[in-house]
Amino acid sequence: MPTMSEQILSRVAGRPVRAGDVVTANVDLVMVHDSLAPSIIRILHQELGAERVWDPQRVAVVIDHVAPAASVQTAEKQQEVRRWVRAQGIPNLFDVGRGISHPVLVEEGLAQPGMLILGSDSHSTAYGCVGAFGTGMGSTDIALALATGKTWLRVPETIVVRARGTFGFGVGPKDLALRAARLLRADGATYAAIEWHGVEQLSVMERMTLATLSIEMGAKAGIVPPTGLDLSGPLVPTVDADAQYQEVVEIDLSQLEPQVSAPHYVDNVVDLSDLGRVAVDVVYLGTCTNGHYEDMAVAAQILAGRRLAPGVRMIVVPASAQALQRAAADGTLATLLAAGATIGTPGCGACIGRHMGVLAPGEVCLFTGNRNFRGRMGSPEAQIYLASPAVAAATALTGYLTDPRAVMDGQPVESR
Amino acid sequence: MARVWLFGPDINTDQIVPGRYAPYMLKDESELRRYPFIEHRPDFAPNVRPGDIIVAGKNFGCGSSREYAPLALRMVGIGAIIAPLFARIFFRNALNLGIPCFTADLTHELADGDEVELDLESGRITTSTGRVIHLPPPPLFLREVWAAGGIVPFYRQYGRFPGEVA
Repeated sequence: MPTMSEQILSRVAGRPVRAGDVVTANVDLVMVHDSLAPSIIRILHQELGAERVWDPQRVAVVIDHVAPAASVQTAEKQQEVRRWVRAQGIPNLFDVGRGISHPVLVEEGLAQPGMLILGSDSHSTAYGCVGAFGTGMGSTDIALALATGKTWLRVPETIVVRARGTFGFGVGPKDLALRAARLLRADGATYAAIEWHGVEQLSVMERMTLATLSIEMGAKAGIVPPTGLDLSGPLVPTVDADAQYQEVVEIDLSQLEPQVSAPHYVDNVVDLSDLGRVAVDVVYLGTCTNGHYEDMAVAAQILAGRRLAPGVRMIVVPASAQALQRAAADGTLATLLAAGATIGTPGCGACIGRHMGVLAPGEVCLFTGNRNFRGRMGSPEAQIYLASPAVAAATALTGYLTDPRAVMDGQPVESR
Repeated sequence: MARVWLFGPDINTDQIVPGRYAPYMLKDESELRRYPFIEHRPDFAPNVRPGDIIVAGKNFGCGSSREYAPLALRMVGIGAIIAPLFARIFFRNALNLGIPCFTADLTHELADGDEVELDLESGRITTSTGRVIHLPPPPLFLREVWAAGGIVPFYRQYGRFPGEVA
């Protein structure tokens, strides 16, 4: 019986397909972001000779990678993208401040269970949070999909990460995903899809944490079965008891400790308790991986009524405008601001090292994002540690990498 | 003769071209040719010659979908990339741009700075000392795309995608 990838790709290929088959498939949705849009537009028109996108309704354009523009060059290119969107009659443009493509497409109901979604961003595995087959591609593949409505791919084998039990206090989806990266390593799921089982207790955006980090293990897609979500789509994929898997990785959530990915590789993961005292200059909470409302709420719970450690900066960049509005409405935002954090425009922020919190040589950043590659957020001499929003908040209170369980429930805070 | 540029495992696209050097951030996009490995290996871009070969460890090109990483390598004329495992998006991007990628581990066979000759047709490498290494032949659909010069000329020529029956 088929895996979720086989179920979805059989639908879009128009015939039953199995892992290993090379298929040409109809694409349900194509996401284009500002960073690669100029090259995609050039390839579409100048190299492929196409005048129009195949279906403007099935294209979403998001300005999130440098939002708002940081230079005359980026401002001009965004202007060019907006003109192109109008000329093509594309109804779905999500401009500066609406947020990162991945949560926005989910919030807008454009990403649906059972869809094949291509994005010009490697973290397009994100759409697996609603049970879609989302995958990232480069400019030429995206331009070809815009011209034809089709793409070609090899149906991937599937690796299952099966969670058991429930998270302890201060431990969450990020720790599960980093634990999986620790076990599978950065290339462990290359050319394969990951299915995340046993996580139906998680919200859609918490599932996005798992789906986005799937690419950091090399995966082509990272799919969470849409169990417990009230969503409709062209196909609701299900976990079949007889599906053939390449590998099954079991993780006991109740035994899981806060996980930290140390510089400069995402799979360089250790238990936080095994690291010594690591002083931190910046705590950065944001990205499509952990900039959601739930992530700000976890941080606010820890920071409530307290102040950041002296000398620590905390930058919060909500993943979307909806997340920011929800945080503003229920007091989460006020709690973060009162603690001394600052807020940036919803979008990708400093994740790509272009603006809004670029790191200096020698600086150490605790980052809730998805990549700690050397130079990722600015200077190649900076150090990036990846961890959960709970670890981020606890670290902001003390000024060094801190287990959230050590500062919860009125525990005294010893700062540096 | 082509020079071998040796790299370790898990070279990510931020190491190939940092996001701060993306065409999006540049006034003149042709500047991109100056930036491959700008921070990871600053001696690369000024000294690389057309036809030179990258020999790397596993998981070459992991990370971002940025096609400008392999594009920067094409701009300096890289002749081939040889690694035991390629990250999926990088491999597609390189294929689409017509850069030959061979799946083989030569990190212990060749040294940085070695001068070799690579015959793409036969997949044969001849070192300056006369030693011959045979690369595993890539699948037919890859060779068809290389032969066309990338996915865009392939699609324009055949009107179909690789692997699809005509």
